[in-house]
Amino acid sequence: MALEQKIKYEGDCDREFAKWVVSQTGGDNLRHCIQCGVCSATCPLSLYMDYTPRRLINLAREGFKKEVLGSFTIWLCASCYACRVECPKKIHITDIMYLLKRRAIEEGVYPRRFPIPVLAREFARMVFAFGRVNETLLVMDLFLRTNWFRFLSMTGLGLNLMRTGRMSLLPDHIKRRRELRKVLDAIDSDKTEAVS
Amino acid sequence: MKYLYFPGCSLKGSGKAYEESFLAVAKAVGLEIRELEDWNCCGATAYMSVDETRSYALAGRNLAIAERENLDIIAPCNACYLVLNKTQHALKDDEELRRKVVKALKAGGLDYKGTVRVRHPLDVLINDVGLDKIRALVKKPLKDLKLAAYYGCQMVRPYASFDDQHDPVTMDKLMEAAGAECVPWPLKTRCCGGSLTGTVPEAGLRLAYILLREAKKRGAGAIVTLCPLCQFNLDGYQDQMARKFEKVDFPVVYFTQVLGLALGLSASELGIQRGIIPAGKVLSGAR
Amino acid sequence: MSDNKQKKDALPRVGFYVCHCGTNIAGTIDVAEVQKYVSGLPGVAVSRDYKYMCSDPGQELIARDIKEHKLERLVVAACSPNLHEETFRKAAAKGGLNPFYFQMVNIREHASWVHTDKKAATEKAKDLARAAVARVQHHRSLDKKRVPVDPNVLVVGGGIAGIHAALTLANAGKKVTLVEREATIGGHMALFDKTFPTLDCAACILTPKMSAVKSHPNITLWTYSEVEKVEGYVGNYKVTVKRKPRFVKEDLCVGCMECIDACVFKEAKFRDKFNQGLGKRKPVYIDFPQATPKVVLVDPETCIQLKTGKCKKSCAAACDRNAFDFDQKEELKELQVGAIVLATGFKTYDAGRDPNYGYGRYPGVFTALEIERLVNASGPTSGEVVLRDGRRPKAVGIIHCVGSRDEKSNKWCSRVCCMYSLKLAHLIKEHSGAEVYNFYIDMRAPGKAYEEFYDKLLGEGVHFIRGRVSEVSDWAMTPDEEGKLVLRVEDTLAGFVRRVPVDMVVLSTGLEPQTDAQEVRRRFNIGCGTEGFFQERHPKLAPVNTFTDGIYIAGACQAPRDIPDTVAQAGAAAAEALSLIDAGFVELEPNTSHVLEEECCGCKSCVPLCPYSAITFDETKKKAVINEVLCKGCGVCAAACPSGSIVQNLFDDEEIFSEIKGVLSK
Repeated sequence: MALEQKIKYEGDCDREFAKWVVSQTGGDNLRHCIQCGVCSATCPLSLYMDYTPRRLINLAREGFKKEVLGSFTIWLCASCYACRVECPKKIHITDIMYLLKRRAIEEGVYPRRFPIPVLAREFARMVFAFGRVNETLLVMDLFLRTNWFRFLSMTGLGLNLMRTGRMSLLPDHIKRRRELRKVLDAIDSDKTEAVS
Repeated sequence: MKYLYFPGCSLKGSGKAYEESFLAVAKAVGLEIRELEDWNCCGATAYMSVDETRSYALAGRNLAIAERENLDIIAPCNACYLVLNKTQHALKDDEELRRKVVKALKAGGLDYKGTVRVRHPLDVLINDVGLDKIRALVKKPLKDLKLAAYYGCQMVRPYASFDDQHDPVTMDKLMEAAGAECVPWPLKTRCCGGSLTGTVPEAGLRLAYILLREAKKRGAGAIVTLCPLCQFNLDGYQDQMARKFEKVDFPVVYFTQVLGLALGLSASELGIQRGIIPAGKVLSGAR
Repeated sequence: MSDNKQKKDALPRVGFYVCHCGTNIAGTIDVAEVQKYVSGLPGVAVSRDYKYMCSDPGQELIARDIKEHKLERLVVAACSPNLHEETFRKAAAKGGLNPFYFQMVNIREHASWVHTDKKAATEKAKDLARAAVARVQHHRSLDKKRVPVDPNVLVVGGGIAGIHAALTLANAGKKVTLVEREATIGGHMALFDKTFPTLDCAACILTPKMSAVKSHPNITLWTYSEVEKVEGYVGNYKVTVKRKPRFVKEDLCVGCMECIDACVFKEAKFRDKFNQGLGKRKPVYIDFPQATPKVVLVDPETCIQLKTGKCKKSCAAACDRNAFDFDQKEELKELQVGAIVLATGFKTYDAGRDPNYGYGRYPGVFTALEIERLVNASGPTSGEVVLRDGRRPKAVGIIHCVGSRDEKSNKWCSRVCCMYSLKLAHLIKEHSGAEVYNFYIDMRAPGKAYEEFYDKLLGEGVHFIRGRVSEVSDWAMTPDEEGKLVLRVEDTLAGFVRRVPVDMVVLSTGLEPQTDAQEVRRRFNIGCGTEGFFQERHPKLAPVNTFTDGIYIAGACQAPRDIPDTVAQAGAAAAEALSLIDAGFVELEPNTSHVLEEECCGCKSCVPLCPYSAITFDETKKKAVINEVLCKGCGVCAAACPSGSIVQNLFDDEEIFSEIKGVLSK
């Protein structure tokens, strides 16, 4: 039986990370959390998370960057906003999940074939290029990158969609793609590294 | 009453029946609908996970285009509805963000002032058209149809502008105006799993299954919903649910489809045949 | 030259003192330079600097100089008048000088504490001192007015706070009128079964005090009454009280309750407010058997006789004291009192405002007050803890912090809920044997023997789950959950999300100000905090005084509070009232305004402006008249008067203009 040492020393806290979280939109009243746990109680996904939303907030404000960015929690968030509505301190928990997702993608901290960050990245790429997303192509792209088996098991669903006329096969795009590209390019990136 | 229509990517694909039934119903109650010119994807939850400012600029482009025509937008998809509204709020409250986004839109030749409103079709039907007018237009009330009204999360959270955040009733009222009965149930606004049903089915599938199970238990014949992703999650994975949990076999329809039938429109023009779980029997057996 | 000398001789002799205030002033201002400069000003006979003017030696210095140098005016340049104006006025009086021949200059908060440039600050101090010296030469001798204080007291609110204050004052020999809105005194405490941390029976400790109030020769008890109007000022209040009609003569009814049995309504069918709606009552009723005064009352909303005039009135027939009077009208009574104690208490948070907890939707959800009535042996179920349909619960969940510590409802902690939740856990378990779960965020047990009470509960096997419940729902995920109310919560200490099925849910609702707190505080002319509780004069040093002299507050009307602290505060308020009354008089500051009758043109502009309603208009003389006792010296009338015929003591034109000229003339 291998024992794991679970103690945390002050060096394990990244205070800069904690300050960064508080400085982002959505993180401004993070420090006011009283750890009541209603966010975790109302979150329909919390039972699957390694760190519940409440615990993640605690880790984030102390600066346990590795635990926070490497957690499943931020990827399992479905953005249903139930936590934000119930929070007695009106903390923007969903927005905090978004900002942590962005930081994790930026730093490349997620399991390589983990579908959700890959989905986000591919989605963004498709939108940037076409202005619209073709669901079929996106899903195919996603599964081919992450999980061949899953892809094969989805054929049933795919056939159903084709049968009912709900599958869009031709790629869709906006007319003024250059206009969109100009708009998105005009934003100075506040990221430290570009999305790979 | 003129409005701009923002379909979003899913109403052109997996949510096709929603577009069909919404446009048919809108015409039947006298709304003039025109698709927003050269609309782009709203970004949904995915883009916000990658880049915050670009996400708002992406959504902002749609708002800026709508401002040219100075008409309100109707966004039937919950996610689009939320993203566009959230963009309006964020650009109003955060000066720095507004500066960046307005500058970026200008680079594309677009102006943003924040003047158009983004509405939900339910909001427009209840508040602009009115239940009395709708009741007067109903030709074939759907008696003996019991529905579980499922609102999903993003229509009521975090902004609840036209209905109660914890116990919404607008869709129930509309369905009752169509002659149907809505069963009381506690999961009206519980998340269906969103995109997780496809990406992390170990978690997502269960969330959708819970809704179907409870609706069935309460005596409903079908779930009526207002979001294309919710409809897809509840409708499209019932074979996987049968393997993992139990056989469900429960139809999931859009409120515009139910209303359309009550207004005398045909099943095919409302896209009823597009349900993966056939809904025709439950809906027609009610007439 | 000789003119100047004469002028100089004609000026009153001024004594000037500049304080170092340690380094507070001397650290920035060159006090020696100021002292030297002022010594050369016209009229200044003595000019000194000293380390701490407010100290005993400093004050003695002033008194000695006044006598030795025959000083006629006094100026001290030091800190804020808020701190030491009174000190130096007393020092002047000690030296035999009228205290209002004194002017204070603030060179600390106005100069040394706000500037870093030492040279500029010193110049500014010199300018301010020069202005004060010029001003004080125009001061006139004034006297503080004394008004007598009426020794009677009004106590508003008959809960434990009002009861205790009234008894304390009455025992001191004062005549007290206790006015209570409900038909009986006792307040919220009369609803409780047992009280924490001792588990004393609430009625057993309260009823003797209620009885003492009723029988005390110095207390006039007016229940079913409300204060309509308050006029006057400290020591001299005129209060109008509205006495609502009970339709029963209070001095004849002995509370035998035969009338209630005899009522034409055979069954009780109206909502019983005292029992929180869990029980029913008839139109003629009494809140509870120990109600004080023990007199029944008739509800005009539900009594057939009062609504239609057509009833056989079997209640009146059954009364052998002939106490019924269906024509009784409301009465207005007037009181003269010197002090008022407000002890109007609190209301609980409306649990229906949290839709997640299902109050009103699920019959198994109760508020804490409803449970208090259930566990009470004289309650609607004789102490049986049962659900609304009569079933016994096997599991009960108590949710803390409902309507407290929440930005969406009330931000504050209501202080008593953790303790009463522990108490209810104990009582529910004792009466029903059910499994009890307490869902809390923090366990707050700050009082004497409170932590020990928590420890006792831990030993009783109550389940303590640290986590705020997100919802109460009848959605079942397992066969065990069918037919139950399921609470979804994160057990933060264990580290899992849990679903706990129970039969009964108890919402520990927080404390809020009364619904009409704003109206009431305006009627008494006191302040309210942003949350709506009555405003104390100072949160630490003056918790029972208000900013209105003569009006005191006690108990939960000021902030959420438990019984021990409420009783302590009630005693404190009584003591403050006694200190006012026993002094016998109140001294009023003479900085009041008066009208120069010959110059008043009768335009009435000043009358509506006075915030203290101190100005009236004499219709015979057609002149405005200021009541100097009500006047607080705010100066609005003096500034507004178009003919300049209102003069305010210590702020008349000569004094103000000379101060201005003093500043400007370098």
